[in-house]
Amino acid sequence: MAGEKKEHELIVSVSPHVKGEETVSRIMWSVSLALLPAFLMSLYYFGPGALFVTALCVITSVLAEYLYQKALEKKITVSDGSSFLTGLLLGMNLPPSLPFYIPIAGSFMAVVITKQLFGGLGYNIFNPALIGRAFLLITWPKAMTIWKEPTAIFVALDAKTTATPLGILKEEGIGKLLEAFGDKSNLYMQLLLGNRAGSVGETSVVALLLGAAFLLYRRYITWHIPLSFLGTVALIAWVFGGKGAFFTGDPVIHLLSGGLILGAFFMATDYVTCPSIRKGQIIFGIGCGAVTMLIRLKGGYPEGVMFAILIMNCFAPLIDRAVKTVPFGTVKK
Amino acid sequence: MQQGTNWELIKNGMFKENTLFRMAISLCPAIAVTASMKNGILMGVAVLFVQVMVNMTVSSIRQFINPRIRLPIYMIVIAGWVSVIDMTMAAYAREAYKQIGLYIQLIVAFASILAKAESFASKNKIVPSMMDGVGMGLGFLLAMIVISFFRELLGKGTLLGLDIAGGKPLLIMVLPAGGFFAFGLLMGFFNWIDIRFFGGKGAGGAGGH
Repeated sequence: MAGEKKEHELIVSVSPHVKGEETVSRIMWSVSLALLPAFLMSLYYFGPGALFVTALCVITSVLAEYLYQKALEKKITVSDGSSFLTGLLLGMNLPPSLPFYIPIAGSFMAVVITKQLFGGLGYNIFNPALIGRAFLLITWPKAMTIWKEPTAIFVALDAKTTATPLGILKEEGIGKLLEAFGDKSNLYMQLLLGNRAGSVGETSVVALLLGAAFLLYRRYITWHIPLSFLGTVALIAWVFGGKGAFFTGDPVIHLLSGGLILGAFFMATDYVTCPSIRKGQIIFGIGCGAVTMLIRLKGGYPEGVMFAILIMNCFAPLIDRAVKTVPFGTVKK
Repeated sequence: MQQGTNWELIKNGMFKENTLFRMAISLCPAIAVTASMKNGILMGVAVLFVQVMVNMTVSSIRQFINPRIRLPIYMIVIAGWVSVIDMTMAAYAREAYKQIGLYIQLIVAFASILAKAESFASKNKIVPSMMDGVGMGLGFLLAMIVISFFRELLGKGTLLGLDIAGGKPLLIMVLPAGGFFAFGLLMGFFNWIDIRFFGGKGAGGAGGH
């Protein structure tokens, strides 16, 4: 391009002519940075297992993208950070103790099948990290639901396994959950800090919100999807979450547990797979929240954020088409 | 309107107009019954049989068919031969029939069979029609074998029921989602071979139902 510029003084090009400083790679690295606090908290609670799983996912994701592009003689775009972020998100969505081949298979599924085979960054229909996790959950259901107990205060010589709060809530009810954590305020506190069993990066709500605040401040994400997502979850949890009577559920437990915060702020807001019009984003968020609660309350899995986002990913283009503003004066056919 | 030699007709059905990988039609059984290789082969054989017999029957009675009511007549012929294979399998392959019986009956609605009766058998003599049916049927059978080979090997670790891998390496491959993965990847792979080695343009011509 530089050579051409010298020959032609005047360049005719389409808009936009004035460009901001933001680039794809800058956004990708910023989002990765925003995930750092949650990652550090997971190191604190889950120890070397969390580091192993996340690092393996990141390395194999980047490697998979590089090898695919090398093998097909395409432009190598590893440095834009998108495969790094995919690997990081995938790792943070996995349980902290896994045999080594599971994260590798997930990275391959996420980067090669979900992203590159559909045409690379910007063309994938589904969130790559979530497809990777869904694939792993269906393929190795046992290994993917072994949750390590956080060890920071439960000091034990060998790592114990336990159920996630949502798993306990689903199987044994809220009484058992309160028994395990003491009273309600302690339960909320531990959920906020992340002192509970779960995926590597999903547990610490405070750390995730810190990262999300950074993204909101830099305007990399807007409030539309997360707020409508969380609001719908809270509303449905409050109305239908209770035993027997309506309006007796506990929305706070549902908001703080599972992968909801990670999903709502970091996964559902993926530019490629969510609607790009604000009104559509609100519909998208409401849909995510409704499907999440449908799975949590009525489905076979204790957690539904992943499937909810994936299902709504399918609808993203349709939503965009439905809410597109009709230009003034257009006659409806 | 004979189209090339018999061998060319068979080759055409097996590769150039492969029902699954090239035309992307009749995908329903390709996903549903390919979780085990035995079922995949039985399904493929049933389709091969119906395709050949329908082509031969339609070709042999083509002079007597009133063009206005030709489609109902093709349907009766197809339904007749499907009933034959359906009852045969119900009698002699009980176990497999319990699993894939529904899809055997669904052969009635196969696009490739009706299309070949209309576009080829009704205009050609018996032998070319038979060869065309053999080609189309073999193409379908081969595709079913390839898909079910990978799905059974990866999903169950077995081949034709024999334990090969010892364990279940990738459970998802025997689930419907894995069927789509296997089919999509294989279709892409054969497209790649076609483009790379035979100078083709890749599949997707039919638009697929």
